[in-house]
Amino acid sequence: MSILNALILVCVLYVVFLFAVAFAADRAALRGRGSWLRSPYVYTLSLSIYCTAWTFYGAVGFAARSGLEFVTIYLGPTLVMIGWWWTLRKMVRVGRSQRITSIADLISSRYGKSNLLAVFVTVLAVIGATPYIALQLQSVTLSFAAFAETDPEATTLPDMQSTALWVAMGLTVFTILFGTRNLDANERHHGVVMAIAVEAVVKLFALLAVGVFVVWGLSGGVAETLARIEASEISRFEVTGSRWVGLTMLSAMAFLCLPRMFQVMVVENEDEDHLRTAAWAFPTYLMLMSLFVVPIAAVGLDLMPSGANPDLFVLTLPLMDGRDGLAILSFLGGFSSATSMVIVAAIALSTMVSNHMVMPIWLHLSGGAAVVSGDVRHVALLARRLSIAGIVFLGYLYFRLSGSGTALAAIGLISFVGVAQFLPSLMGGLFWRGATRTGALAGLGLGFVVWLYCLFLPSFGPSVVLPQAVFDNGLWGIGWLRPRALFGAEGMDPVMHALMWSMLLNTGAFVLCSLLSFPQPIERLQGAQFVNVFEHSPTPGGWAGGMAQSEDLLIMSQRILGAREAQALFERAARRQGLVGYLPEPSPDFLQELERVLSGSVGAATAHAMIGQIVGGAAVSVEDLMAVADETAQIMEYSSQLEAKSQELARTARQLRQANEKLTQISVQKDGFLSQISHELRTPMTSIRAFSEILRDTGDLTPEEQSKYASIIHDEAVRLTRLLDDLLDLSVLENGQVVLNSQTGLLSDLLDRAERAAGVQGGDLRVERDRAAEAVALTTDLDRLAQVFINLIANARKYCDGRPPVLTIRTRQSGGYLVIDFTDNGSGIPPEKQAVIFEKFSRIGETKAGGAGLGLAICREIMTRLGGSVSYLPGQAGAAFRVSLPVANRMAAQ
Amino acid sequence: MGNKVLLIEDEPNIIEAVSFILSRDGWEVKTHSNGHDAMQAVRERAPDLIILDVMLPGKSGFDILQEIRGDTEFADTPVLMLTARGQSKDREMAERAGASQYMTKPFSNADVLAAVRALVTP
Amino acid sequence: MSPERAPVFLARRSYRRRRLADAARLLPIAGAVLFCIPLLWRGADGAIGTNGVMFYIFGLWIALSVISGVISRHLRASESEAAPPVAEEA
Repeated sequence: MSILNALILVCVLYVVFLFAVAFAADRAALRGRGSWLRSPYVYTLSLSIYCTAWTFYGAVGFAARSGLEFVTIYLGPTLVMIGWWWTLRKMVRVGRSQRITSIADLISSRYGKSNLLAVFVTVLAVIGATPYIALQLQSVTLSFAAFAETDPEATTLPDMQSTALWVAMGLTVFTILFGTRNLDANERHHGVVMAIAVEAVVKLFALLAVGVFVVWGLSGGVAETLARIEASEISRFEVTGSRWVGLTMLSAMAFLCLPRMFQVMVVENEDEDHLRTAAWAFPTYLMLMSLFVVPIAAVGLDLMPSGANPDLFVLTLPLMDGRDGLAILSFLGGFSSATSMVIVAAIALSTMVSNHMVMPIWLHLSGGAAVVSGDVRHVALLARRLSIAGIVFLGYLYFRLSGSGTALAAIGLISFVGVAQFLPSLMGGLFWRGATRTGALAGLGLGFVVWLYCLFLPSFGPSVVLPQAVFDNGLWGIGWLRPRALFGAEGMDPVMHALMWSMLLNTGAFVLCSLLSFPQPIERLQGAQFVNVFEHSPTPGGWAGGMAQSEDLLIMSQRILGAREAQALFERAARRQGLVGYLPEPSPDFLQELERVLSGSVGAATAHAMIGQIVGGAAVSVEDLMAVADETAQIMEYSSQLEAKSQELARTARQLRQANEKLTQISVQKDGFLSQISHELRTPMTSIRAFSEILRDTGDLTPEEQSKYASIIHDEAVRLTRLLDDLLDLSVLENGQVVLNSQTGLLSDLLDRAERAAGVQGGDLRVERDRAAEAVALTTDLDRLAQVFINLIANARKYCDGRPPVLTIRTRQSGGYLVIDFTDNGSGIPPEKQAVIFEKFSRIGETKAGGAGLGLAICREIMTRLGGSVSYLPGQAGAAFRVSLPVANRMAAQ
Repeated sequence: MGNKVLLIEDEPNIIEAVSFILSRDGWEVKTHSNGHDAMQAVRERAPDLIILDVMLPGKSGFDILQEIRGDTEFADTPVLMLTARGQSKDREMAERAGASQYMTKPFSNADVLAAVRALVTP
Repeated sequence: MSPERAPVFLARRSYRRRRLADAARLLPIAGAVLFCIPLLWRGADGAIGTNGVMFYIFGLWIALSVISGVISRHLRASESEAAPPVAEEA
């Protein structure tokens, strides 16, 4: 088997292996298992897509040409990483709290969700990434070619462009398969990240293996290798200060701004704390990646024939020594570097293209009708897939057009300067509240134009895009507009020249326009949220999958619904899903139900927002929501207290009104007291006087008449006496001077006595009693109690207008009290009179013989003395009075 | 001049006493003992004099007096009011309502006779 | 929490944490300066050897990684700075 065929086989097997890794990781993530997926080391390894094929092959070439200068490309990211407390921490926090999906999204969100800005950043990113993707394709094809050259069986060299096409198609398929499997709100791709982490290990291992082979295998030891370096053309450290500092800065800026770096660093970040590990692990990784670069370059320069491409030393040195296995490993390392970069870059760029360009246009064209119909998802995925294919194809196109002459490192630097244009807007947006959309647009625009004119277009060489005349005499013949000597800056390194002018003009325009322009309200709002992100959303923490959301939802619901109700709701939902415990899966059905329940308490909009925030993990943190929930609960409690208070107030007012009415009525009665007592006294006295005068003055009275008139006088005198007795009695009772005589007797006997005394016999009132219930022994002042009973029975006799009149006496014991109800079948007492019947001189009818209106007043006084009560029972068939008396009646101490 | 007297009063003993005194003086005394249909009784009997108690079951004496005065046929019929509440307020009310004379219980029989004679004779 | 209830060691700890955050901020600046030191070196013939610079750069690189690891171990990203003084945040 030829080495080329073996290489293809290894490639295919390796790709299949990556598929398996990505697939397994995706499945594990979907099932909520696999906490190793969220390991900080996986995060750190995924950052290694910074090290592309450019690094793997190009770093050695870079070192072979310029010595140690190559290391600046890694020093920049190292400084950014160990300075994570400054910038990365804030970027990751903002990215997570604002649910940022790409760097274009971040910049447009910061500047008032401006889609124009997003489109601009997207276009710039695509233009900047295209040469870089071409670079990866080139490195893979070059490495294929390197193998083919050593293969004696290969009759013809493989067509480089068809190799590139195959690689491009394979990468597209892989990216589409794992990059667009799910349209996750958080844009996380566990499978892809895992595959990249594996590739990171492979490339590090491969480069270290080649390094070890070169140092100890080819050179024969460390000392010998150092001697070779000393002897080589790169033995002197001859870097210019500007390039050393400039390239370090450039790589640091690119590390922050590259869309693919943003994707793995911010978007795919599972937990902010992973930065802590990456802070030391990633610099270590970069250090290891660069460790053997200079030795390999020096040994390659020494051993390889002159004219050999130093970019391929990593591959050609083992091949030269006949180490095919090591060469294949090295090839896999380069292959890994290239594929991982293309995959992540394609995902990041396709997200930007579809979110900020395709979707807005499509939504605009479809008139927004699709938002409700639900096929947005499908369209978004399709847009994503087409974008991936488009971006990879664009890279392939660049590769075909540009030929393959340019050194790898040069293409990389051009790309770096392009994406570095994002930096002023990005950092300004994160740290300066005064940054505005106008400033960002102006800075980005100017920087982009300068980069295009001074670096990107000239990179194709004179007369390809820019005519030679422009290089020599500047645009329109204006000398200080020469692309390599802008504003007369002669003799500078082209990359440094472009970097300096583009960044200066970019930053200047950004700051100046920000100062001069006035931000829209949403820009100011977003600006505050971004710059003060640590004050606004403390600790979003890692979303530990569905159950954590359920728990958050439960905690929140408890605060709103109350613990018991919320737990019952969650438990019910969990049982419906066939789960045990309180935490159901946050399925759409359950969320809908919860939202409905919550909206009953806090209103529909708030409930929707709260659930959306927890489930979607959006701008507001869970703690913020808890605060809102607590506040809402407090408000609800407060308002219910208010309601109770106002009810209490209404009740008090009603009582006051009643008391006032009663007072008025009593006052009217008091006012009429004299006339009442006058009337009650004068009426019998009138009869007495009239008849005594008749007896005195009339001589011819028959004996019958005499006797009749005398008995009238007598009766009226008795009536007067009784009235006076009652008045006296009441006065004694009211003043509390009564003396009670305790006796023991049966209730039934007492009622019999009262019935007789009230004159029921011979009258037409029928009394219905339940003698069995009345067999109760009482120890109290029986005479006084009888007085009450007599009064009540006599009242019924006098006032009951039932036909025939019936009085029902019912006795029962309740709550330590003996309760005796006297209910007649008459028309009862009208409600307005019920309040005053126990007052003195109140009578239901105006006058009726015998009643002075003192009876019930006396009854009430007596019952109070006996420790019980007498009251009117409203709502009965007729007039109903209830007498209640303590059963174990110990007489009220007097 | 007629001699028909209508006594509207609810106390049976007082009715008996007044009837006795007036009958013996030659008056034709009719009695009525409640307020509800007192006006009806007035129309039926068409008395020359009405003796009216203030406190009557069903209707106050003042109300009945107003009805009597409201009827053109009895607008000039003398009305002697009897009351057991000896307050000046009641007297004023009676005079305003159009009572011819006002007497407070208990009264002497001679006073009643004199008042009746004085009211009917002129 | 009211000031009088805050235990003393807590204040000490948050003080220590703030100084650690200062160190974390200073580390990249110090690193950047130190990485530029070789530019100042001059050998006998006007330039110095790659080997020496290589040892310096990689030695510094390892040292920075270790220090960064030590600082990061004690700084939690998710911990919010408890009411940082304005001067420190600026």
